[in-house]
Amino acid sequence: MVRIAVDLNRCQGYAQCAFLAPEIFTMHGDEALLYDPEADEAQRAKLAQAAAACPVQAILVDAVDAVDAVDASAEAVSGAR
Amino acid sequence: MPWTPSTPRPRRCPVRGDGALEQLKREGRIVVVGASLAGLRAAETLRAKGFEGSLTMIGDEPGEPYDRPPLSKQVLLGKARADRTALPRLRSVDATWRLGVPAAGLDMAARRVRLADGDEVPYDRLLIATGVRARPWPREEEAELDGVFVLRTRDHGAALARRLADGPKRVLVIGGGFAGSEVASACRERGIPVTVAERGASPLVGALGGVIGAVSAGLHREHGVDLRCGVMVTALEGDASGRVRAAHLSDGSTVETDVVVVSLGALRNTEWLAGSGLGAGPRGIACDAGCRAFDIRGIVTDDIYAAGDVARCPHPLFGYQFLSLEHWGNAVAQAGIAAHNMISESTDRLPHMEVPAFWSSQFGVNIKSVGVPSMGTEILIAQGSLESRRFVGVYGYQGRVIGAVSFDHGRWLPFYQELIESTAPFPPSFPTVDRHPDGQRPMDADFPDPSVPSHGPTVTLSGYSPADRRITFIPAH
Repeated sequence: MVRIAVDLNRCQGYAQCAFLAPEIFTMHGDEALLYDPEADEAQRAKLAQAAAACPVQAILVDAVDAVDAVDASAEAVSGAR
Repeated sequence: MPWTPSTPRPRRCPVRGDGALEQLKREGRIVVVGASLAGLRAAETLRAKGFEGSLTMIGDEPGEPYDRPPLSKQVLLGKARADRTALPRLRSVDATWRLGVPAAGLDMAARRVRLADGDEVPYDRLLIATGVRARPWPREEEAELDGVFVLRTRDHGAALARRLADGPKRVLVIGGGFAGSEVASACRERGIPVTVAERGASPLVGALGGVIGAVSAGLHREHGVDLRCGVMVTALEGDASGRVRAAHLSDGSTVETDVVVVSLGALRNTEWLAGSGLGAGPRGIACDAGCRAFDIRGIVTDDIYAAGDVARCPHPLFGYQFLSLEHWGNAVAQAGIAAHNMISESTDRLPHMEVPAFWSSQFGVNIKSVGVPSMGTEILIAQGSLESRRFVGVYGYQGRVIGAVSFDHGRWLPFYQELIESTAPFPPSFPTVDRHPDGQRPMDADFPDPSVPSHGPTVTLSGYSPADRRITFIPAH
């Protein structure tokens, strides 16, 4: 699973992502973008293409696995170390 | 004492003082209260800039940081799940996460954050990014009726999306600001009848003024929203089983409804700081342009920082008024500045001077804004036309460009941002492409009298005292 966020301040509706990864990105009206905030692992390559093709580099994708955060919260200890 | 060659001093970086900063970066303790967008991005920035000490993330919600904008759009449309909007991780933060327990107090002298479960977390540097929460419906027994919602958190989004999927008879949205309008838009797209009750003369009027508000009202009505402006909801009524069944309006009418979405803006999460001595109040946490928080004496602290929706800081482009912004981009930018400054020498610190910017999409139209439209007194439609609902409106204040809004014209906004940054004259003196002759005249932007209740802007110009409610621009609720 890959997490996605789009900086829609940057996004200018070029729709390159919607061409390259239509399962994840769709245009909503003429200019607004809708996206699935979580994509399957199988879509990672396509997603990377879409992110790279964005003319304003608005697409943010997981660069590291966040599993550590979930585990850490379950074992959170008292106070900082 | 004169310097002599016989007493060589250990060589350090110039202007690096006593090495305390290096020690902080190596083994210091940084605590971030607020594990949402600003908190996470600050943590990532701290690590990116070489902070190797301990990092503790404190958050009142149980899950890891998630993104909120999809909650009022994709999630309500049923196109994404509320529990699947976690924020992408741009780098490892290697933090201790204390989630599901809110911070309950701050001891500035002892440098400790007290948690609601009684634990205390010591810090060398503290970042406060506790954000805002939805303003609840004021009457508690009515707010607790089944079918009455607010929309701020992931749980709110999940609950409301479930109820919309059940196909309610009618949704009533109280408040026609951006969030309320997005909810109404999602309902209509799903074919659900919806009524919007707005105290002001039109939706979005507090943020964008009456000229643009009228365009928004047209969009609502064209998409089948039963839009009622200039009215207040006076009471919510439940049935015998405790489900909401109707709302009573100030004009004497009644709306039969089984889902009510209370969209009356936000409250800043600063109560936990009461009595701490920090300059925090209902307007947020006052901080300098470098995100360092003020104490109640007006003296800037050197170890406590604020970022995101809860912070308010002076902005040179807007008369050094304290700006508080409930904007995604502001949270990201301010978090980066705060994190940088927390581990920098005073001469290396950076000011937070981001020009405010936000977006909303509703009724198929992409609305974007830069600057502070609510500060404007006049508006000129520089490109496109109001009738086509594709335009750029430029806001003027005292002869300069102070803000701009676009409806499906977002690509032009960076240009207008430059005008704002360079305090260009208003009205603009140059011709634009795609301009309509009747749009080239400045007109009254028609912002409501701030003393008249309406929904508040997401950009707030506030006064200087954290407790002062008699401010320049009063958000209504």
